[in-house]
Amino acid sequence: MIERRPLLDFVSHAVLIGGALIIAFPLYVAFIASTQTLEQVMQMPMSLLPGDQLVQNYTQVLTAGSTKGSKAAVADMLVNSMIMALVIPVGKITISILSSFAIVYFRFPLRNFFFWMIFVTLMLPVEVRIIPTYEVMSDLGLLNTYAGLTLPLIASATATFLFRQFFMTIPDELAEAARIDGAGPMRFFWDVVLPLSKTTMAALFVIQFIYGWNQYLWPLLITSEEEMYTVVIGIKRMIVGGDAANEWQLIMATAILAMLPPAVVVLLMQKWFVKGLVETEK
Amino acid sequence: MAGVAIRDVHKSFGPVKVIQGISMDIADGEFVVMVGPSGCGKSTLLRMVAGLESITSGEIAIGERVVNELEPKDRDIAMVFQNYALYPHMSVYQNMAYGLRIQGRPKAEIEKRVQRAAEILELDKLLKRRPRELSGGQRQRVAMGRAIVREPKVFLFDEPLSNLDAKLRVQMRSELQALHQRLKTTTLYVTHDQVEAMTLAHRMMVMNAGRAEQIGAPLEVYQKPATTFVAAFIGSPPMNLIPGRIAQGGKVLAHDGEISVRLPEPRPALEGRDVLLGVRPEHFETCAQSEALLSPDIDFLELLGSDSLVYGHLGADKQGMRVAARLHISILAKEGRLPLRFSAEHVHLFDPESTRRIED
Repeated sequence: MIERRPLLDFVSHAVLIGGALIIAFPLYVAFIASTQTLEQVMQMPMSLLPGDQLVQNYTQVLTAGSTKGSKAAVADMLVNSMIMALVIPVGKITISILSSFAIVYFRFPLRNFFFWMIFVTLMLPVEVRIIPTYEVMSDLGLLNTYAGLTLPLIASATATFLFRQFFMTIPDELAEAARIDGAGPMRFFWDVVLPLSKTTMAALFVIQFIYGWNQYLWPLLITSEEEMYTVVIGIKRMIVGGDAANEWQLIMATAILAMLPPAVVVLLMQKWFVKGLVETEK
Repeated sequence: MAGVAIRDVHKSFGPVKVIQGISMDIADGEFVVMVGPSGCGKSTLLRMVAGLESITSGEIAIGERVVNELEPKDRDIAMVFQNYALYPHMSVYQNMAYGLRIQGRPKAEIEKRVQRAAEILELDKLLKRRPRELSGGQRQRVAMGRAIVREPKVFLFDEPLSNLDAKLRVQMRSELQALHQRLKTTTLYVTHDQVEAMTLAHRMMVMNAGRAEQIGAPLEVYQKPATTFVAAFIGSPPMNLIPGRIAQGGKVLAHDGEISVRLPEPRPALEGRDVLLGVRPEHFETCAQSEALLSPDIDFLELLGSDSLVYGHLGADKQGMRVAARLHISILAKEGRLPLRFSAEHVHLFDPESTRRIED
């Protein structure tokens, strides 16, 4: 707003602060719960002041999981999640930047057909094709492996589409200038297209990291051994039954741990992320 | 250094014929401008020389070598694009050095050649900047620098000045001229701007609808346009083309039986023939009514300071035969008839059917 209207300023700030509080409150409760003993958590109403179990609870989950539910160490799960959340975006970006480069810069028969084939798969989210995918992975013997965890999620129409749209905004003359300068297609890709795509890649990385980190249904199906659990699955496995049987302070500690890496990635990459979505260096 | 030979070159995009048989021999060191309205195929022709478009039929040779099947990089050319096409993520230095780096030249040589080009173009202080930190004129110079460092046999310019403002265009025009005088590299230059064509060219090719209407030195094209298209395209405001039939022993031009223009010199040989009489606006002068060769009704005036542009018409129909005159007097009546004359050397006659010039 360029206008100076104090009342409007007040109202908009009030709405923003209200919204922020509504979103932050559950996070706060989760954090508080993770610092208390089970008895304190189960009290009605629960105290909203931090307890003294912080170090104890977190050490417990990181090294030994819960006592009643899954006993896998959350630290291992975090490593699994991290592997998954890194392999997926790196794989996705690599494959889709190459395929969209082919689609935009090369003339080959059925070029548009292939593009639309890729595009159509946008309409088929993981959940729809999960049974056949599981079948394929199990036939290939990839259950309970990192490959099984990540491969099916790497193919990405969204990223291919995004890169294609970005490449089409690169002026044709740039490719022609490179041709005259004597750069072959891959040299052009490496020297010109890739550096220009940096911000787009960063934005995609952030989105896909979170996508990979938050995967629930697929890891739930493909992993049955504790050492392959991702942290999101870990949370699920700690919940064993009725309300009273769950160690909520430990579950909350795990939840907080699960939330941290995506938050850190967003904070660190925020500048690049925004740049990639709004501006292009051309 | 080498000339360029274009031999009966055709280009079709599917059923659309964009270039319909153009031939031209460009001498070593010559500056040739291809000029024409948008869509006339001039850029396509240039891109065919560059190797960015395939040649449907015909032959293009650079020096002794036919280049039809050669990749752009093997043709020994350098091209400057309308939007400059600088690599946005590279510095000015890297932009200019990129081609040489790909050729795998030694670092010291690249450094030397870039420095030299930068000095010629006064870019020495800008070498570390990115293209977006430069003004339009500076970017244009970098694009030229990128072409110069390659030391090609032929420079190709595709409307290089049309993204600049009017003042800068004039300045860059003279810089281009100076550059060519210094390097003496064969140059093909595409523009839609007739002033650029007139001032820069040793020879120019006026193109229309995929054909070369006329190839010649700028003055020759101005003084003896080969077709009505060239007559109307070169010169501003365009040449007046007055339709009529030569009558009365070649002394007058008549339209529907009425005399519209008297000719300064009788052309008895053309008696009874339908023609288009061409006279450039700047070749009219005012005179006494008794000496007048034509007397158009004045429609409106444009005062330019040094000259005045007078727009009028001949005959009763206002939309009919329009006449424009550029006169060196500033105060004129805003209406009424304007007695005008012109000399015999400024008469151009064209055949209305073929639109070709009727030779004297």
